[in-house]
Amino acid sequence: MSDPRQPKPAAPIAARVAALEEALTDAGLVPEGYLDDATAPMEEALSPRNGARVVARAWTDPAYRARLLADGARACAELGYELPYETSIVILENTATVHHAIVCTQCSCTAWSLLGLPPDWYKSPEYRARLVREPRALLREMGLDLPESVALKVWDTSGETRYMVLPLRPEGTEGWSEEQLAAIVTREAMIGVARVSVG
Amino acid sequence: MVDSPGALVIGPARERRLEGIHDLGGMSGFGAVEVERAEPVFHEHWERRAFGLNTLGLAVLRAYNVHEYRHAVERMEPAHYLAASYYERWFTAVASLLVEKGVVTREDLERRAGGRVPLSRPATSITATDASAMRAEMPARFTVGDGVRVRDMRTRGHTRAPRYVHGKRGVVVRVAPTFLLPDLAGHGRRAPHEWTYQVEFPATELWGAEGRHGDTVVVDLWESYLEADT
Repeated sequence: MSDPRQPKPAAPIAARVAALEEALTDAGLVPEGYLDDATAPMEEALSPRNGARVVARAWTDPAYRARLLADGARACAELGYELPYETSIVILENTATVHHAIVCTQCSCTAWSLLGLPPDWYKSPEYRARLVREPRALLREMGLDLPESVALKVWDTSGETRYMVLPLRPEGTEGWSEEQLAAIVTREAMIGVARVSVG
Repeated sequence: MVDSPGALVIGPARERRLEGIHDLGGMSGFGAVEVERAEPVFHEHWERRAFGLNTLGLAVLRAYNVHEYRHAVERMEPAHYLAASYYERWFTAVASLLVEKGVVTREDLERRAGGRVPLSRPATSITATDASAMRAEMPARFTVGDGVRVRDMRTRGHTRAPRYVHGKRGVVVRVAPTFLLPDLAGHGRRAPHEWTYQVEFPATELWGAEGRHGDTVVVDLWESYLEADT
């Protein structure tokens, strides 16, 4: 017997979303083709390959690296990335003594244009709760064991500024082309939960 | 709780009702983070649609702003919030706002969905007193190197000051551009543009002996959230 005090189970999420789409369409509020035309190009354009190209350029061109750290938006625009979703961007440079990692504890803000739409792990309550409080333990679980000699800075994306980590260039990549380097730069490294490694 | 007029947004006296489940920073009891290899942008078609419906609501219908959107996610029932996937939270916020703004009705959505459509809880009202307590100073009040303390805030509505920095001391490491104050914009109110600051907090200031000496957390905060630490 059903308990009248218990709410009925919710309709399946796919049915709820379809209901809203249908209601708005019937009201004439959805421009023809909008839901496909507007989102498909975003899926394509918002990709961590963009950030990887910026990183690879910074690794191979010291003057570009300096411009990137001084004015991230302008340096990204040089490579054709206009960052429509990021009014303010800061590039965080990992060094031999400082490691940066990014989180958004209150939702899941990221630099979409450079890192892509965020992956599930970044959006998980586990990551959001733990990175600010026990970052070293969490990073170790995720495969990144930071030495005691390295200071860790965690950046909580609580405002409108967005961040991207400029990871350390791995050894054994001397003489590599920009394309080769971009291919090994992962989204995880640009968020600061992994190093870039060769092979 | 009693929703009396004249209640201050900023000030230590008032108890907050159970809200802010989204404010997860530093909360204990969470387990391992699972990283999916070669994760697709969307796992299901409805996720892509939920994404598109939000860009429609924001950019085409202009039915709400991004701060109201974030606030609508935060207003979800806590149990629903934690159980829902990311794009279910997007959908719930969009549907709630479009119902609240009178664009669609809940009854119509539930009829079409063939079942219940859980929505976010209503927003608490903030008062004129709230707004006056948050007037910005121009030009930027703080500069790089300044010691600041985050006000001991008791916010009843939307804010972007995470709970784990309330009352904590840090140092300004960067002055960022000005942005709309979310505490008002999130309620559809006229909001000032305020300076925002990246403020660095020692892990030991935030977490006591649990924090590692030398490690820090940098949080991006609006000027209204800060006072000088002299």
